[in-house]
Amino acid sequence: MATTHASRAEQWFSERQGEQRKRLNTVLIGAAIVALYPLFDSLLGLGLLGSWIPIFVFVILAMGLNVVVGYAGLLDLGYVAFFVIGAYANAFMTSPSSWFVINGWIPEFLQSFWPAMALSWIIAAIFGVILGAPTLRLRGDYLAIVTLGFGEIVPDFFTNAAAITRGPQGIGQIAKPPSIPLPGGREISFATTDQWNWFWLILVVGIVSLFMITRLYDSRLGRSWQAIREDEIAAASMGINTVKAKLWAFALGASFSGFAGSVYAGYVRVVYPDQFQFSVSIIILAMVILGGIGNIYGVIIGALIIGSFDRILADALNTPLHWLGERITWEPLAWLGDFMVNHSVTSDRFLIFGLALVLIMILRPGGLFPSEQRAAELTGDDEDGTSADDGDELYDARQRDGQLVGERA
Amino acid sequence: MNVEWTQFFQYLIIGLASGSLIALIALGYTLVYGIIELINFAHGEVFMMGAFFATTVVLVSGVTDESSGALIVGMLILSLVLAMIFSAALNVGIDRVAYRRLRSAPRLAPLIAAIGMSFILQNIAIYWRGSNPFTAPDLIPREYRTYNVLQEWPVLRDWFADSTLRLRLLDLFVIGVTIPLLVLLSWFVYRTRIGTAMRATAQDRDAAALMGIDINRTIGIAFVLGGALAGAAGMVALFYNNSGRFQMGFQYGLYAFTAAVLGGIGNLAGAVVGGFLIGLIWSFSDGFVGNYIGGWGSQWTNSLIFGILILVLVFRPSGLLGQETPDKV
Repeated sequence: MATTHASRAEQWFSERQGEQRKRLNTVLIGAAIVALYPLFDSLLGLGLLGSWIPIFVFVILAMGLNVVVGYAGLLDLGYVAFFVIGAYANAFMTSPSSWFVINGWIPEFLQSFWPAMALSWIIAAIFGVILGAPTLRLRGDYLAIVTLGFGEIVPDFFTNAAAITRGPQGIGQIAKPPSIPLPGGREISFATTDQWNWFWLILVVGIVSLFMITRLYDSRLGRSWQAIREDEIAAASMGINTVKAKLWAFALGASFSGFAGSVYAGYVRVVYPDQFQFSVSIIILAMVILGGIGNIYGVIIGALIIGSFDRILADALNTPLHWLGERITWEPLAWLGDFMVNHSVTSDRFLIFGLALVLIMILRPGGLFPSEQRAAELTGDDEDGTSADDGDELYDARQRDGQLVGERA
Repeated sequence: MNVEWTQFFQYLIIGLASGSLIALIALGYTLVYGIIELINFAHGEVFMMGAFFATTVVLVSGVTDESSGALIVGMLILSLVLAMIFSAALNVGIDRVAYRRLRSAPRLAPLIAAIGMSFILQNIAIYWRGSNPFTAPDLIPREYRTYNVLQEWPVLRDWFADSTLRLRLLDLFVIGVTIPLLVLLSWFVYRTRIGTAMRATAQDRDAAALMGIDINRTIGIAFVLGGALAGAAGMVALFYNNSGRFQMGFQYGLYAFTAAVLGGIGNLAGAVVGGFLIGLIWSFSDGFVGNYIGGWGSQWTNSLIFGILILVLVFRPSGLLGQETPDKV
């Protein structure tokens, strides 16, 4: 018996390794294709690079939120708070108009992009712990509202504490990454207009984040998160320190947001509180859930879909709409033609976005690419011989018990 | 410290008026949450749509502040009733279209559907009345009248020297509409068969279903009640602020949701207590506190409200009136 077990385990491991290798290959090929995108963009004259860069920032944000919501199952409605903190941390350290720089609080070597980015990563993680600590005793929706509260307070603070933050007008002249000299006197520079370089920089940052997050998922900590997500009491009785694991989830989730905020600040080079409204938190959450909560690749695709719709597709739809509108010459439909010519899809963004969210949730409640493991956990336990859709009862008690942010254990 | 009692009472009444408004909306959150454990994110938008519908009703009727008193009163009652019916129907419609199919889906699915619904309703509102704020006809007098009640009673005269009571008919209108509705709701929930069914469903849906309660109908009734209260709140808020905007649901909705959680979500009395508490904090922070703390003003109100919410939840994780449920294994 023992030998069969051992060989089975071996087989499992080799299969798993093969799977991981395959996945790594897919990711690398995907990244290579994406890395070539700027060439196509300029060859075809699309001029969309400037839109893709913020979309990638949102992809990083969605991956970070997936750690908190997808892995640890803590519903965070104020994720934008850490995005603000990361962005402002960078601004405080590197902008010559920052109060901290003017007062000589920031040592010289910190006043450039890379050290500031590394530090704002840590600062965001620390705030993740500070804001996460009071919520540890809370469950489910109470947690959601408290994080939502933080998402409101933090941008409010940056608006109101004008003496330090310069209020609604924000802080400008944030440092860009220093240029990288190349042999032959040329250099890779990172002004906002150097969109090719920024595109690649953010792609690298995104892949590094992806790597870290997938490694985290398979780590001991990641497995504790999953255990807590499924059943906090059972996890605690198995010896998992739930307080520590949850705080780590907040800290690491926040750190990616702070990281993204800091890079974003370096790209746009100005931060002001209005960039960080509640709707940003909601859009990031929608990305995570649309793609398939807990499945990092699904989340990336969800973020790309929503981001590209928000920043590219809605604008792009105007042209065919106007074109069609001009071609409606049949008199009884003239009003429709007029409407189409004068209408802008850009202003309907949220209508279409809302419709899409509702439809996708009705058709695929687990998201477009649900995490296999989670799907198994949510609908599984068929050992007792009944399936999840036994008859059309009003709801299924087992499903409610396996719910994501469940209060009932 | 010399307290400005005249001002104090003025802000107290404003706080009570906005508090009762928030309580009405918070009840809608709590009713739905109590039964299906869904944060109905679109509830603030249902409230906003109620306000929009009331505006349309009043504009279509052509009643202005120069019409006769009886006509104005009749119009106010009519628009209140119509806004309640409209919002109730809207809320049930949203449940039918979006949430009902997701009853057994993972917990976050209906939440996201609700967020989607709130985006859709905001966009419809933009089509309806544009994206700029609009003013409602000034049907209710909003000037302050001074009453000398405080000087006529010997004890009060000693306490509140030189102070008067300044009231607006408007504040009384808000309180006069909301309090009867609150009483009516608590009568409905605690004294009728349907209300009993609702409470039973909230307590244990399986057991309630086994006792022969039609769960889907009960859930529908919770949406009707919540929607009707939101519609009433929308109509009242419209006249109270004398303006409306497609985003008005966000601020009120957020405060109402906070109120529901502060009081203990799922608990009706908690929503009302939370609502009045937040209304009072809102009004005093906007105006009164600034007299004593330099630099304090309405820009800090949001932070104060959420700060208090967080503090309360840290020490009472189930809200002020919520029951501490022990962990069940």
